[in-house]
Amino acid sequence: MKKLIQDFELIKYKELNCEHFVLDIKAKEALPEILPGQFVNVKVDNNSSVFLRRPLSIHNVDYERNVIQLFVKRVGEGTKSLGELKIGDTLSVVYPLGNAFSIPKNAKTLLIGGGCGVAPLLYLSKFLHQAGNEVTIILGVRSAHDSVSLEAYKPYGRVLVTTEDGSQGEKGYPTQHSVLTNESFDYSFTCGPEPMMKAVAAYSKANDVTCEVSLENMMACGFGACLCCVTDTKKGNKCVCTEGPIFNIKDLKW
Amino acid sequence: MVNLEVKLKDLVLKNPVMTASGTFGFGEEFADFIDLSDLGGFIVKGTTRHHREGNPYPRMAETASGMLNAVGLQNKGVENFCNDIYPRIKDYKTNVMVNVSGSVVGDYVETAAMINELDHIPGIELNISCPNVKEGGMAFGTSCASAEEVVREVRKVYKKHLMVKLSPNVTDITSIAKAVEGQGADSVSLINTLLGMAIDAETRKPLLSTVTGGLSGPCVKPVALRMVWQVAQAVGIPVVGLGGIMNAKDAIEFILAGATAIQIGTANFIDPQVSVKIVKGIEDYMIRHKVSDINDLIGAISLA
Repeated sequence: MKKLIQDFELIKYKELNCEHFVLDIKAKEALPEILPGQFVNVKVDNNSSVFLRRPLSIHNVDYERNVIQLFVKRVGEGTKSLGELKIGDTLSVVYPLGNAFSIPKNAKTLLIGGGCGVAPLLYLSKFLHQAGNEVTIILGVRSAHDSVSLEAYKPYGRVLVTTEDGSQGEKGYPTQHSVLTNESFDYSFTCGPEPMMKAVAAYSKANDVTCEVSLENMMACGFGACLCCVTDTKKGNKCVCTEGPIFNIKDLKW
Repeated sequence: MVNLEVKLKDLVLKNPVMTASGTFGFGEEFADFIDLSDLGGFIVKGTTRHHREGNPYPRMAETASGMLNAVGLQNKGVENFCNDIYPRIKDYKTNVMVNVSGSVVGDYVETAAMINELDHIPGIELNISCPNVKEGGMAFGTSCASAEEVVREVRKVYKKHLMVKLSPNVTDITSIAKAVEGQGADSVSLINTLLGMAIDAETRKPLLSTVTGGLSGPCVKPVALRMVWQVAQAVGIPVVGLGGIMNAKDAIEFILAGATAIQIGTANFIDPQVSVKIVKGIEDYMIRHKVSDINDLIGAISLA
């Protein structure tokens, strides 16, 4: 897939909760094919202390309007500044980057996202649904008021929620949801904090479920030139930006 | 039309803009973004005699106006380069040079000898300045005696353009530059990264797995510019300047300080098209200043 560097226009900003927001960015030209799990690397022009681009998951794609939706968590200076952009501002975007989640056919699939990790799962659920899979999505947040909009996921599958304080859905972590013990799955896909992804990996191994995880290592270039974002795999150090961000857990040393 | 062509001894560059090793992969990574033939040349990732896994993650930390890296020369070794990578990149219509590194002199010599056989590689950049490996690397570039030894031995087997990349982590870079010139280096490139470190005050932990790493980006530019100016006056061979060049204005500054050519490094990560933009920007500068030949700008700093 050819990688591009293009200017996008910020057309919509939506605050989700104190930590997360969604940016809708519009290209001047038709978008190239974008696969679920791929990411963009955006330049933060409104803060001169932010030197490198920031890699962000692609939350959704609207080919008709040439709009990409980015789901962002305020982590540091870069993401904080992205949340201060004004409608109409220009963003320089390098994309589409990275590999993609596998899309099985007619399988029972389980998607588990925690916090910001829900970002790539919406676009993935769309592809899984279209390929005839049964889709179950578990979204884990700390508390009901951290919750993200569930409506967007509902056309593509069953949506379940866990909260750490029990204020919405089942109490606990997404990996503790009862559906994991009451039902069986063929595939699992996960993105979020590493301890959560490792718990999904452990569950998947124990239950013979094919499992793919989306890693979020720090990056400089995002397209395989700097070799900064490596993860230690069974086949040595691999760049998360080009050989990931999606890895099958059988290739990781987890 | 202005003349952008420069010569590093017998090596002709269509323009003075090259890209720096370790920031440009094998060139292919940038082929979606630019036409590589628009460059004066590019220098591929540091290559060693044997496969190296590099350092553990985390290998990178953003700093004020720059970044630290501790990649540690991750590469698949020179045989893999010759057999797998070279056939893919040999026909790019620009000077494709290989950065050669090692932990012992013998490794440098064997690697250089193997690359000497590759017809479409007109030169190597001998890396005696990598700060991120435990053995060798920068150790060769921080004393005149060891710098002389590795250049002398490589010179015996390497017949094409021999550029030597110098470390800024020394007391007097001009003495190292003169030492490698004395052993037959055809040009010197400088600077490699400055040794630095970063700590997370909240966790009290270093941000790099190796604790220290190499600093690059615009924060190092004044140091690099000073060193290029000093070295250009100290040696007779061409100087290739690098260190924090982000735009054509920066590039012109290095040329005025005495660089015959320049390399773009860290800026490639932020704008993969920056190298060709700098070629265009240099041309615009020359037109604006009514300079018809880039060679008239080399060392043309006005001290009066």
